[in-house]
Amino acid sequence: MSDALHNFWLILSKPDNVPIVLMMILVIFYCWLAFKQARRNDRLGVFEATQADKVQVWPYLVKIEFLVTIIVLIVLTVWAITINAPLEEAANPTLTPNPSKAPWYFLGLQEMLVYFDPWIAGVMLPTFIIVGLILVPYIDPNPKGNGYYTFKERPFAISTFAIGFLILWVLLIILGTFMRGPGWYYFWPWEYWDTHRVVALTNIDLWEKIFGIPSKNVDGSFNLIQVALGGALIIGWLALLPMWIWKKYKEKSSVLKQMGALKFGMTAVLFLMMAGLPIKMFLRLAFNIKYIWVFGVGHDLFFNI
Amino acid sequence: MALKLPFVPPKPPPVEKMKKSITQSEAWKSIFRHSYQDNQRNRALQIVDNVFLHLHPVRVPRHATNYSFTWGMGGITFLLFIHLTVTGIILMFWYRPTEAFAFQDMKALMNDVAFGPLLRNLHRWAAHSMVITVMLHMFRVFLTGSYKPPRQFNWGVGVILLLLTFLLSFTGYLLPWDQLSIWAVTVGTNMARSVPLQGSEGPFSNYLGLRPDNDIRFILLGGTQVGEPTLLRFYVGHCIFLPFIAATLMAVHFWRVRKDGGISGPVVSTKASEGAKYIAEKMAQKRLGQIKGVPATTNGAPKPAAPAKAPAPPKPAAAPTAASAGTPPAAAPGGAKAPPPWLKK
Repeated sequence: MSDALHNFWLILSKPDNVPIVLMMILVIFYCWLAFKQARRNDRLGVFEATQADKVQVWPYLVKIEFLVTIIVLIVLTVWAITINAPLEEAANPTLTPNPSKAPWYFLGLQEMLVYFDPWIAGVMLPTFIIVGLILVPYIDPNPKGNGYYTFKERPFAISTFAIGFLILWVLLIILGTFMRGPGWYYFWPWEYWDTHRVVALTNIDLWEKIFGIPSKNVDGSFNLIQVALGGALIIGWLALLPMWIWKKYKEKSSVLKQMGALKFGMTAVLFLMMAGLPIKMFLRLAFNIKYIWVFGVGHDLFFNI
Repeated sequence: MALKLPFVPPKPPPVEKMKKSITQSEAWKSIFRHSYQDNQRNRALQIVDNVFLHLHPVRVPRHATNYSFTWGMGGITFLLFIHLTVTGIILMFWYRPTEAFAFQDMKALMNDVAFGPLLRNLHRWAAHSMVITVMLHMFRVFLTGSYKPPRQFNWGVGVILLLLTFLLSFTGYLLPWDQLSIWAVTVGTNMARSVPLQGSEGPFSNYLGLRPDNDIRFILLGGTQVGEPTLLRFYVGHCIFLPFIAATLMAVHFWRVRKDGGISGPVVSTKASEGAKYIAEKMAQKRLGQIKGVPATTNGAPKPAAPAKAPAPPKPAAAPTAASAGTPPAAAPGGAKAPPPWLKK
C-alpha cells in the first residue's frame, strides 16, 4: 500500500505534472470565488455603475497590476529555482514509451479517443468545441447577467459551461494525467503502473448487448437492423429530438420564440453533442458498450459512434 | 503703514539648484512631459503620455480594480506572454533546431550555460502557467456573461487566442528533442491522420488517394514521422509564426476591449436594451425593499427607471442598505467602497 502511494506521489510530483496540481488548486479557488459572488448578487441584486463610480487608472489599477506582476514573477522564479524542467533521454523514434501521452492540456482529448474513433474524438469534437465556443455569444438569447456574477439569471448557460469546463475538460485532463497508466489502462491512485497489465477486451456493441443483434453479418456486411436502430438513435438524438422540442415548445416558451429556429437548432445540436460524451463514457465504463451505431459507406467512410 | 521691504528670495541650497537645472533642462523636459506632483491632471497624463500605459483608459469603473471580480487572468496571461518572449529570445541564443544539435544544446543549457537551467525553467513553467491562466480567463469571462453584446466578436478573438496558446505550447513541447517531446508530439499529430478529406486514415481518404506521404499530416510534419523537418517547422512556428499571429490578435483583442466599452460590468450601454430595463427594475425593487433580506431604505419614493444613456442618479442607498442588513457589501461596484477623501477635488 505505501509502495503504491509512493508510486502515486511519484506521478503527482513529476515536474510536468506540477502545473496540473496548480491548476486544480486554482480552479477550485476561483470556482469558490465566483459562486460566492454569484450567490451574493443573486440575493442582493446588482447596481448600475455610473460615471461617479469611476476611479483613475493611475494609481488605482496600475498599482494592482504592479503588485500582481511582482507576485507572478516571484512565484515563477521560486518555481524555476526549485523544480527543473524535465529532460529525458534523447529522442529515439524506435523506442515508444508506455504510456505515450500528449502534452497535459490535450489529455482530455486523448481520453476521448477511448470512447470514439479518432476522426470523431480527435478532429470533429475539437472542431465543434472551438466553433461552439465562438458561437456562444450569438446563440445565447439571454440579455441578463452581462457583467456580473450570477447563477439564478442564467442557470442553463452557467451549468452547461461549468460542466463542460470543469468536468469534460479539467477533470478529463486530471484523469488522463494521473489515472491513465501503461496501455492507457485505468489505474487507481493506489495501484502500481504495471506495464505488463492485460485487460480482456469485452466491449460489445449496444444492440448486440440488448437484443443480440450483431453489428455485422457473418459475411462482413452490415446488419441492416442494427444500422436502422443505431441510425435512428443517433439521428433521433441529434436531429429529431431538437425538432420535436422546437415543435412542442416554440409557442409556449418565450425563450424559444426569441431564439428562432436557427439559433435553437445550433444550441440544441451543440448541447446534445456535448451531452453525448458523458453518456458514451457512462455506457462504456458501466456496460462495456463499444459502439451505438456501426455503419459505413465504401471503404473509408465510417460512422462508428 | 508697514515698511515695505523689497522681497529677496532666499538662496536655494546647492542641491535644489542642481535639481532645478536638471528638471528644467531641455533634455529633461523632452522626456518627461509633466511633473510628478500628485493631482488629477498628472495622473491622467501619466496614462495618456505613456506608450505602454495608454493601453488603459484614464479612468475605469471601480469594479475594474476589484481582484475578486476580474481575477486578473487576462493581464497575467499578457504578462506571461511578454515573459515568454523575453526568455524565449534569450533561449534562442543557445539552441539550434537540428537533429544533431537540438538535444545536445539542451544538455549544454542544463549543465554548462550560466543560469541556463533557470532560464529554461522560467520559460517552461511560464508556458504551462499561461495555458492555465488563459483557461481561467475564459472561465471568468463566461461566468460574468462578458461575451454578451457588444463583446461577441472579442469573445471569438479570445477563443482563437486560446487555441493559439495551445499551439504555441504544443510546438514548444517538441524543441527539447527528448523522448518526452517527440512522443507527445507524435501522439498529438497522429490526430491529423484522421482529418476528413485531408488525412490518410480519415473519411474519404481512399477516394482521394490520400497516403501517409501526401496527406495533411505529411505537410504538418514535413515527413511521414516526427523528424528533423518537423523540428524546423515547429521551431519557426513556435518562435516566429505563431507569436506573430498571437501578437496581432492580442492587439485586436485589447483594442476591442476598449472599443466595446472597457471592462464589462453591470453597466448598460445599449439603449433601452432588455438588460437596462431589467437592471432598472431591480434597482427600483431594491429601493422599495422588495428583495428579500434587504430592508426598505429611507430614500423616499422609488425613482423611475433610469434611462440607459443618462448617468443614473447617485445611489446613497447602496452602502447603508447592505450594512444595516448585516450582509456583506453589495455587488455594486462603488456603493460599498467610498473613495478616499483626498481623491475628491
